[in-house]
Amino acid sequence: MYGWEIVKGLGFTLRHMVDTYVEDIRWLGRGRYGTPQGLASRSSKDARGLFTIQYPEEKLPVPEEFRYIPFLVYEEGPGGQRLDRCTSCGICAKVCPPQCIWIVRTTDPKSGRPVPTPAEFYVDVDTCMNCGLCAEYCPFDAIKMDHDYEMASYNRAQTHVFNKERLSKPLSHYAAIRPGNYAQEEAARAEKEARRAAKI
Amino acid sequence: MNAVALSPAEAGGTSPRLAMLLSPDDRPGYGGYQVAAKDLVEVARVLRDESGYVYLSSVTGVDYLPQGRMEVVYHLYRIEGGGALALHVQVPRESPSVPSLVGVFPGAEFQEREAWDLLGIRFEGHPDLRRILLWDGFAGYPLRKDWTEPYYEEDSKPYASRWPKGDYRRSEDGNPFKGNVKYPPGFVLEGWTEEGDQSLYEALERGAPKSAGLATERLVVNLGPQHPSTHGIFRMAALVEGETILDLKPAMGYLHRNHEKIGERNTFLMNMPFTDRLDYINSLSNNFGYALAVEQLMAIRPPERAEYIRVIMAELARISNHLWAIGFLLNDLGAFFTPALYAIEERELILDVFEATAGSRMMCNYFRFGGVARDFPEGVLERIRDLVIDRLPRKIDELDSYLTQNEIIRARTIGVGLLPAEKAVAFSTAGPVLRASGVGYDIRKAEPYSIYDRFDFEAAVRPNGDTYDRYLIRLDEMRESLRILQQAVRDIPGGEIQFGKPQYQVRVPAGEAYGRVDGPKGELGFYLVSNGKPNPWRYHVRAPSFINLTALSEMCRGNKIADAVIILGSIDIILGEVDR
Repeated sequence: MYGWEIVKGLGFTLRHMVDTYVEDIRWLGRGRYGTPQGLASRSSKDARGLFTIQYPEEKLPVPEEFRYIPFLVYEEGPGGQRLDRCTSCGICAKVCPPQCIWIVRTTDPKSGRPVPTPAEFYVDVDTCMNCGLCAEYCPFDAIKMDHDYEMASYNRAQTHVFNKERLSKPLSHYAAIRPGNYAQEEAARAEKEARRAAKI
Repeated sequence: MNAVALSPAEAGGTSPRLAMLLSPDDRPGYGGYQVAAKDLVEVARVLRDESGYVYLSSVTGVDYLPQGRMEVVYHLYRIEGGGALALHVQVPRESPSVPSLVGVFPGAEFQEREAWDLLGIRFEGHPDLRRILLWDGFAGYPLRKDWTEPYYEEDSKPYASRWPKGDYRRSEDGNPFKGNVKYPPGFVLEGWTEEGDQSLYEALERGAPKSAGLATERLVVNLGPQHPSTHGIFRMAALVEGETILDLKPAMGYLHRNHEKIGERNTFLMNMPFTDRLDYINSLSNNFGYALAVEQLMAIRPPERAEYIRVIMAELARISNHLWAIGFLLNDLGAFFTPALYAIEERELILDVFEATAGSRMMCNYFRFGGVARDFPEGVLERIRDLVIDRLPRKIDELDSYLTQNEIIRARTIGVGLLPAEKAVAFSTAGPVLRASGVGYDIRKAEPYSIYDRFDFEAAVRPNGDTYDRYLIRLDEMRESLRILQQAVRDIPGGEIQFGKPQYQVRVPAGEAYGRVDGPKGELGFYLVSNGKPNPWRYHVRAPSFINLTALSEMCRGNKIADAVIILGSIDIILGEVDR
């Protein structure tokens, strides 16, 4: 019969809609929307019906490897002072494809020699292409990619050039957003320290 | 993959004359042959008719500024498979001119126009040698090595102003929009639109057949540049008589950013994330092609596990691309967004895998020279298994039963936009467009790269060359991809994912390389020339959706104007790649 396939297609669409309600009823009282388990079920291989995420009311958790704008990691000293991991070696600025990183190296005012810490550090986040190469090739684990993707602002000229102050985040932040990578790096560091200690 | 060193006798086949015209290119790192400009057309004709090199894949130019010459490079293939035959034609830099090959290979049309537009190489005898990507008010030939862009800092990155005295300035503050724009001599800004379009309309009239019988009024209809069916900013100027298309010319370049010039300023590694932005639906295939080209120059291969990861990611990208293509073809047919959203649901789950592995859903930047950026994080391989074994086969079947037999789809697409096999080859179309015309040319089979020779799969072919077949072939290809994926997730070994230590400054020996992959949209090729420096001397992208558009006029002629939209949809173009 001519038109049968169209009717079948409409039936398919209808079933898809009904599936959504069936799922909603199955999840009644357990929270299909706005809860972590509900979100996980809607992005699993068995998801049925509509599985739209109701952004911004609910947000899909980002995976550990998700990358957005880079940030600078600092460690906290015993007195609470910030100890930059960055040595201003410039590898990130050299590897950056859109060349959006500017680094001012500190010089010792007495001797005029460079000091391994950045005096200033700029990232033009509108030029940044979120590629993550800076974090990948930093030998000191000093620059990492952040997870914060909600950065819209009304004035890009004033707010979208991040300086060192704006870029710096504590090590604990890094450990919180990338626990797997953090643990791996710390283990590698501990091993290196142990080897060095054994040599002495 | 590298240009094969055929003996002149073998390349020449039965023609002893050809052996005289071809001289092996013996520059270190180069392959193929040198041909004198005056002999080019004859050589091409003999290669096509007697030696089986019927498929002209890529045409591009290189500016060898220090040597004072330009070079036009052609890559030809046999449709039965095998490596490339590369032809190099050297011409003086002051007046670069070679005979056009459009008469022998119609697929050279857009590529020659591109080389003319960006490098200023004149192709004598080209039927329509107009600009293609740039506008009339653009001064100079941007891919020439002595041309500099408005925000020019240095010839190559990294720029000295970034470190150690980071002199931060926004480039637009340093060079405001004033002295920034140069016009060619004699160019008057006022009224340029009419003049520029005039040449387009004249070209349309030239190409159209003379009407026979009753004289009716001819009309030019512009579809786009702002039009929901053009999948971006793209324009088709159609000359119609009644509702029938007599001729159609695509106009493009609205999204042009000179990807290739940026690529030549970049170091080799910096180009990797830029390739993501070509065909932004398939960043992983783009990464693949570029990595292959550079690895060819460096003569390295990734370890086993990395090869498997590459294949898995590239095939997942193909599935997500075809879901997208089918969904939006249905949009063009008027099934507004319901099928598209069903298809995108599945794509969404694939993007989750990309995000968990590569860090980004679309701009993956995942391949490295000799490996990949990182291994699958915990649990991701299991998710891929679930998808390719359980969910995707089921969902692709559902999509198939939902759409394929639909009477409206069949009525609108069967017999529409015909592209016969010999024309598909002549126009250098690639990928699903070529294979839907009955030509089973799949690079994964014809010249297997990476580890594709280990998998049991077929190159999907459909015989009719109409829009319906171009829809069906995407379903077939998804199923073949699933077959590859199921084998890959079963066989993937453990081990390293990177050859040697990860390096940000790779040493690339001097020479040329042409790396190509069978991307979801067709043959994606990267032609690279290295002079041993950290950045490529020439970086050219053979963009499949750009070259597939060469056949658009041919497919549209004689069809109704309303069908132009679905014919375009069935080619599956992406403007990030067309305009580069």
